[in-house]
Amino acid sequence: MPPAITYDPRKHVGVHPERVSHVSSTNFPGHHPDEDHSWDLERFKKGLTVKIERLSNRSIEFDLVGVDASIANAYRRILIAEVPTICVERVYVWDNTSVVVDEVFAQRIGLVPLNVDPALMDMKQSQNDQATDRNTLVFRLQVSCERRKNAPKDTTDPNKLYINHEVLSSHLKWVPQGEQEIVLADNPPAPTNLNIVLTKLRPGQEVDMELHAVKGVGKDHAKFCPVATASYRLLPLVILNPEKPVPRELAEKFQKCFSSGVIRVDPRTKAVSVDSKKMRNETMSREVYRHPEFEGCVQLARVRDHFLFNIESEGFYPPQRLLPEAIAVMRAKIATVKRAAEMLLNNGDDLGDVAMANA
Amino acid sequence: MAETSPKIKIMAGAAPDLSAATFQIFDESHTIGNALRWMIMKNPKVEFADIGYVPHPSENLIQLRIQMYDGLSSLNALLEALTNLDAVCEAVENKYHASLATNDYERWEERS
Repeated sequence: MPPAITYDPRKHVGVHPERVSHVSSTNFPGHHPDEDHSWDLERFKKGLTVKIERLSNRSIEFDLVGVDASIANAYRRILIAEVPTICVERVYVWDNTSVVVDEVFAQRIGLVPLNVDPALMDMKQSQNDQATDRNTLVFRLQVSCERRKNAPKDTTDPNKLYINHEVLSSHLKWVPQGEQEIVLADNPPAPTNLNIVLTKLRPGQEVDMELHAVKGVGKDHAKFCPVATASYRLLPLVILNPEKPVPRELAEKFQKCFSSGVIRVDPRTKAVSVDSKKMRNETMSREVYRHPEFEGCVQLARVRDHFLFNIESEGFYPPQRLLPEAIAVMRAKIATVKRAAEMLLNNGDDLGDVAMANA
Repeated sequence: MAETSPKIKIMAGAAPDLSAATFQIFDESHTIGNALRWMIMKNPKVEFADIGYVPHPSENLIQLRIQMYDGLSSLNALLEALTNLDAVCEAVENKYHASLATNDYERWEERS
């Protein structure tokens, strides 16, 4: 039997009926006498665990244990805002007689995710940079709707009456420029999902546009965000008080206060215990605090440094590649700041001269 | 790069031996700022380190204030923290790849 967990404010965030307590970590040097919390890479590596729980073709769930919240939050923010992807940025319209106006149609096209590897393209340094084959992809969208000649007389199904009555994302045709034909040959650029309806047409209407796709980050426009979302939660803990066990006749009611599977009731003795594997499914609804008969029997808490990440990928990256990309972006940011700090250090003997901002 | 402002500036009012200084870091936000603050605080010689707040949302910068004991240089503390953060990222990535390689997880098919 593993030893019973006790509520430890140093490691757990207390979840009380009306508030939370002990939210931040206090593991800094000097906070607690006789304890050394200064940075030690070996101790950190011993306490660090990364375990993947579930992987699908579109999402990944993994545990990150032993890091501080600021690092986990940094990865989450980078996943949402700073991992680059490629999306349509400029739409040059020659003909648009559909019911959707140009700018709304262009916004819809911009949101279509493309399956191009952003590592193969450069980012434009500014909006008015020259468009080259290294930083722009060109697509052509040409659809016109016609009446089907031999449609049955009494049908109302647009599929039977008209040809091309919907403009789908599959109608985006890549036009290779320059060297792209060779570089992008084994994975021709196309939308990831070919069934996105962009607009609907009727006979006589047509759209004819040229689309330019560039590399960008979510910070700039949300269409560049590579994740449907990336989020984490802390591992929930249900701590039973051994000095005040749940009364036997109320064991079933106690079990219903929590998410299914979290509490196990022994069929014979009606003793209540927590299923440690299913405990992570607990949604912390605090239902148990609403019943005065259970007061003092249980303490809800969350483990402060155990993060359950859930990342859903949208667009090019397979879900297992997203965290390494985020870590690479983080390391690039650290390297930039470090270079600048080192430059300050080297020029720093003469502080008055270099880099003094006006306060 | 000469036209863009330098990445880090030390604001006026810093101590001459840099034991207390406020660094203005451009084009960064709490993403790296909070992580950097945590790592700098892990240094036992640091008396005070904080981001404070982003001075104005229109300007994309953070102001990081570091104060040191014993008259040490806060710039060195910043450099050391940056190196340690890099080591953290590397350790997380290595463990992630190791876990990915063990194949010890549930795989399921998700419909688009």
